[in-house]
Amino acid sequence: MYKNKLRTFDIVILVLGGLVLLFIISPLLSMFLATTPLQLFETSKDPEVQDSIWLTLKVSFLATLFFAIGAIPLSYFLARIDFRFKNIVNGIIDLPIVIPHSAAGIAILGFISRDSVLGKLASSVGLNFVGHPIGIALAMAFVSIPFLINAARDGFENVPVRFEKTALNLGVSPMKVFFTISLPLAWKNILSGLIMMFARGLSEFGAVIIVAYHPMVTPVLIYERFGAFGLKYARPVSVVFIIVCLVFFIFLRTLAKEKKSGNA
Amino acid sequence: MLKLVDISIKLGDFQLKDVNLELNKGDYYVLLGKSGVGKTVLLEIIAGMIKQDSGTVYLNDEDITNKKIHNRKVGIVFQDHSIFPHLTVKQNIAYSFKAKNIAKSEQERLVNQYAELTKVTHLLDRNTQKLSGGELQRVALARMLVSKPDCLLLDEPLASLDVQLQGGLRVLLRQINQSGVTILHVTHNYEEAIALSNKVAVMHEGAIIQKGTTKDVFQKPFNEFVANFTGIKNFFTAVFSPINTARINGKFEINVSNNEQIKRGKIIIRGEEIILSNSKIESSATNNFKGVIKQIIPYMMNYEVIIDIGIELSVVISQSSLQRFNFQVGTEAWVSFKATAIKVLA
Repeated sequence: MYKNKLRTFDIVILVLGGLVLLFIISPLLSMFLATTPLQLFETSKDPEVQDSIWLTLKVSFLATLFFAIGAIPLSYFLARIDFRFKNIVNGIIDLPIVIPHSAAGIAILGFISRDSVLGKLASSVGLNFVGHPIGIALAMAFVSIPFLINAARDGFENVPVRFEKTALNLGVSPMKVFFTISLPLAWKNILSGLIMMFARGLSEFGAVIIVAYHPMVTPVLIYERFGAFGLKYARPVSVVFIIVCLVFFIFLRTLAKEKKSGNA
Repeated sequence: MLKLVDISIKLGDFQLKDVNLELNKGDYYVLLGKSGVGKTVLLEIIAGMIKQDSGTVYLNDEDITNKKIHNRKVGIVFQDHSIFPHLTVKQNIAYSFKAKNIAKSEQERLVNQYAELTKVTHLLDRNTQKLSGGELQRVALARMLVSKPDCLLLDEPLASLDVQLQGGLRVLLRQINQSGVTILHVTHNYEEAIALSNKVAVMHEGAIIQKGTTKDVFQKPFNEFVANFTGIKNFFTAVFSPINTARINGKFEINVSNNEQIKRGKIIIRGEEIILSNSKIESSATNNFKGVIKQIIPYMMNYEVIIDIGIELSVVISQSSLQRFNFQVGTEAWVSFKATAIKVLA
C-alpha cells in the first residue's frame, strides 16, 4: 500500500519536475532549431556581432579581475572579523541582486556622469565613463560582484582558523599566510565566484544599456536588432552569443576542476 | 626560559586563575589535568593566539605578552596536528622557510634532517590526506622543529594515537627534549607525565594546584585530588636486561612482561596490585620480596603502607587487612606482585 503511494508520489514529482525542465529547455531549443546553420555562419562572420561579443567578453573579464582585487580581501575580512554592523554590511553586498537592474544602471550613471565627483575626476584626465567600456565595466561589476563576494566569503569561512594560526605560529607573516594558506584553501569557492561574476557580467543588459548604448555589448546588440529588425534578426545573434558563453563557461569550469584534481 | 606570571582569563563559564609557571632551559614540563580544565587555552595564550585578561608571559627574560603570534618563537603542536591539506609532507615541513631567507640547499638539508629524526623521510613527497594519525603527528613535529622555536608546546600529542604508536612517539619526544629543546606538554594522562617529564604541574578548575619535580608531585601529592588524579607512586627508571627483567638503580631486579622488548624505560606498579603478607606466599606471582615497613598512612577508606624492599614501594591495603595482619612500622613483611601487573613504558 505504502509502496504504491510512494510510486504515485514519485510520478507526480517526476511530472512536475519534468515540466520545469521542459520550460527551461524548450525556448532555448526552439530558438536553436529556428536558426539555420547558414544564418549562424553569416551572423558569426558579421563584424558588428564579432566586435560586440569580443567587447562583452573582454570588459566582463577585466571588470571581474579588477574588482576581485578588492572583493577578495573584503570577503576575507567578512569571513574572519566579527563587528557590530556585519549583518548590515552583508545585506548591502546583496543589494545589487535584489534591486531592478535598470535602477542600478541609473544609480551607476549618476555616479559616473560628468556632474559627479568621479566623472569630474575622469574628465580632468580626458575620460568620459558614460558610453565608454569603463562605464560598461562598472555597470557589469555593480550587478555581478555579490556573486564573487558571497562565494569567496563562504570559501574563507570554510578554511579552519586553526590552519592560519598554525602558519603564523611557524613565524610566517599574516600577509604570506593569507597568500599561502587562506587563499589556496578557499580557491575553489573563489574561482567559482569569479566564473559566476564573469558570466553574470556577460549577460547584463539593464544596467549596461543605461550607462552605454554604444559601444554595444552583445545583450544590447540583441535588443537593438530585435527593435529594429524583429525576432528573425535577433535570434541568430542570441544563439551565437549563447554558444560563446557556454563554451567559455564549460572551459572555465573544466579548468577549475583540473586545478582541483591537480591539488588533490 | 619560559615564565608565566599570574595569567588569568575568563571565557564564558570557564576561567584560568592566576596561573604561574616557570620552565628552565631543557625542561620537559608536563601540565596534567582533566579535559576542559584550560590546558589548551593556556598554550594558546603562550603562543599569542588568545589574549589573556591579565598576566605576563616571559620568554628568555623578555616580556612577550604583546608580541604578535609570528614573532613569539614558541611553537605549538596541536592535538589535531593542523597539517595543511593542500601541501605535500615536504612542503608542510618546509613551510616556516617562507619567513626566512635560507638557501635552497640548506632548506633541503634541514627538511631531510628533521624528516629523518621524526621518521617521515619515506613520506616526503606524499600528500597528507591519507596519512595516519601517528604520521600526521610526526609531520607536525618535524614542521615545528624546522622552525627552531625556543620552546615547544605540545597539546595532547599522544591522545589520538594507539598504544603501540604512543611508545614510538614518546621515544621521539624524549629524543627531541634531550637535543636541548624545552618542552611544555599538556595531557590528561599521568603515564605520559611519568614517562617523559622532569617537572609536573597539576591543574584543576582553571588553577595550578601543585607543581614540582615529577617525583615530588607523584610521591607527595599535595591533597587528595592530586593523589587521586596522579594515583601512581611506584614508578622507577629501569634497564631491561635480560629483556624481561627490570634492573632498578643498577642492582634491584624485578620480573616484568616486556612485550615491546624495549631496553630502557620506566615501570609502574599500582599500589593496589601488590599483595602484602606476613610470610612468603606461594602463588603465580614471580616477584616476592621481604622488606621493612617504613610508614603507614591512613586515607579515607584505605591505608598506604610504605615498605622498603631495597626500593621503597607504596602498597594500598584495606583497614580490615591492616587489623587482621597487624602490620606495624618497623616490622618485616613480604610483598608479592605479578610480572604482568607491571606496566612497562618506553
